[in-house]
Amino acid sequence: MMRFLLPLAAFLVLVGFLAVGLNLNPREVPSPLVGKPAPAFDLPQLAAPDKRFATKDMQGKVWLLNVWASWCVSCRQEHPLLVELGKAGIVPIVGLNYKDQRADGLGWLRQHGDPYVLSAFDLDGRVGIDYGVYGVPETYVIDKAGIIRYKQIGPVTPESLEQKILPLVKELDK
Amino acid sequence: MMRLIAFLLALFLSAPLFAKDAAPLAEDEAVEQRLNVIAEELRCLVCQNESLAGSRADLAQDLRREVRILIKDGKSDSDIREFMVSRYGDFILYRPPVKPTTWLLWGGPFLLLISGVVALIVYLRRRNRAVAQAGSKHLSTDEQKHAAALLDEETKK
Repeated sequence: MMRFLLPLAAFLVLVGFLAVGLNLNPREVPSPLVGKPAPAFDLPQLAAPDKRFATKDMQGKVWLLNVWASWCVSCRQEHPLLVELGKAGIVPIVGLNYKDQRADGLGWLRQHGDPYVLSAFDLDGRVGIDYGVYGVPETYVIDKAGIIRYKQIGPVTPESLEQKILPLVKELDK
Repeated sequence: MMRLIAFLLALFLSAPLFAKDAAPLAEDEAVEQRLNVIAEELRCLVCQNESLAGSRADLAQDLRREVRILIKDGKSDSDIREFMVSRYGDFILYRPPVKPTTWLLWGGPFLLLISGVVALIVYLRRRNRAVAQAGSKHLSTDEQKHAAALLDEETKK
């Protein structure tokens, strides 16, 4: 009996590992920044080069930081959702225009709608590096104390918005 | 005709003259060498099977620039790795650190090796015992006759 049970058990363990492993998305690398203070930055604004935006301006607010760029294809996919969210006014969304040209970024917002309170202009991508950005779009939920509570890698989907981001925002807003 | 061939030859043979020497990668050779050693051990997150040293992705170029700045600032190799890990997580390291979440990763192969050796020893012992038992068994007279008859039959053929 053991002759058959042992290989079977070993096989089932292997199947278990593969079932979990193959269902993981290798693109979704857990961010070490979740639960840590959002890296502070101070950048010029996209729409107004002479004005600046600093993370401390958002202190005491729950907000979303959405990394986007006009050259980013999947940003188009999530954008209608963000526009809707921006209209609903549930949570302020700050854009981080990542490694983009100013004219391209502004044109893109004109064409697709602007859900952002404002967009910070990260021309050389250094703020992006501080946030561990590696696949635009990325969205961070940041709480009142400036702690990153959630990171969405890749486009925001209706599911991730309904199941993760909005409930979290609601809870943090209490 | 000859003139045309001569003209074409001159045209094509002179092409290498326009090639320029490869431009130096950076001003500072020492920085570049350290950068390569460090970047070889770091994963490019955009194209995950390439190292930061070998990748042409935009992000990899930016990160190499960052590492270059850190080197010029006099940071140590472990400082630079820490810089990367604090932003991108352990995944950026091709050589993951030993800690509770990676114990299985590091120990797994040895665990498999040990269980293989144990299984082999158990199997060999069992077989030895079976062979020893079979060897110690004496044939009864009936069995001896039967065996002799069978052998006889074999030789007659």
